Amino acid sequence: MNDNLNLDAAFSALADPTRRAILARLAKGEATVMELAAPFEMTQPAISQHLKVLEEAGLVVRRVQGTKRPRRLAKGGIEAMDQWLAMLRKALERSYDRLDGVLASMEKPKRGEER
Amino acid sequence: MSKLMLKTEGDTHLVVTRRFAAPPEAVYRAHTDPKLLQKWLLGPDGWTMPVCINEARPGGKIRYEWTNRKGDGFHVTGEYLELEPYSRIVHVERMHLPDPTPDNRVETRFDADGTGTLMTIRMTLPDAQTRAAMLATGMERGMEASYVRLEGLI
Repeated sequence: MNDNLNLDAAFSALADPTRRAILARLAKGEATVMELAAPFEMTQPAISQHLKVLEEAGLVVRRVQGTKRPRRLAKGGIEAMDQWLAMLRKALERSYDRLDGVLASMEKPKRGEER
Repeated sequence: MSKLMLKTEGDTHLVVTRRFAAPPEAVYRAHTDPKLLQKWLLGPDGWTMPVCINEARPGGKIRYEWTNRKGDGFHVTGEYLELEPYSRIVHVERMHLPDPTPDNRVETRFDADGTGTLMTIRMTLPDAQTRAAMLATGMERGMEASYVRLEGLI
């Protein structure tokens, strides 16, 4: 778990399609700003700004390699968010599947009493 | 058995619909009886709800605490605003992670649908950005971050 992770910032960061695309790219492996900027019609400073948001949210980290600063996904950040995701979507789907079973086991009202 | 549907409405709403085979009274009861809630409102497999406070009256408190085998946990708190047995519930809730998320106002309708129930949950978030953050979790279009994870992080 990344101590620097801020879930609010993380989800705000994910609200932007470019940043989601950057994360999807980084999921395939480490990349430099130049590599990340290539698929977008954006300047490198614009991409750098998006990366800054992702770094501050605890989703992306950088390392130093000579003059380059390749970025990669922050594993803890994604895992913490994933835990939250599990609560939302899977929780809904799994819970309602379970509720189907609970409802089936509850006493059924007589047909004539239904509104 | 009916698939969960999610859609946006306006700038700040999220709407969830789900059909159940049981009539509205049963679905309503399953949403307001702590003993029943503890059987199904558990999210992913492996989680339990050791604490379930559900005071189903206007002003009544809601507190759900979940935990898993690894000892992870989180909780939701809220308050009931309106209850119309067995057709409509309005409450506010927030998730504690541990910092509370912005209040989510939730209106849940239970409408008769043949011999079953069409449940419609309409969530109202405080602003467009909060909803965007919720949507970014992939509730609507397939779990972006999990998608990222599946693409090779782990």
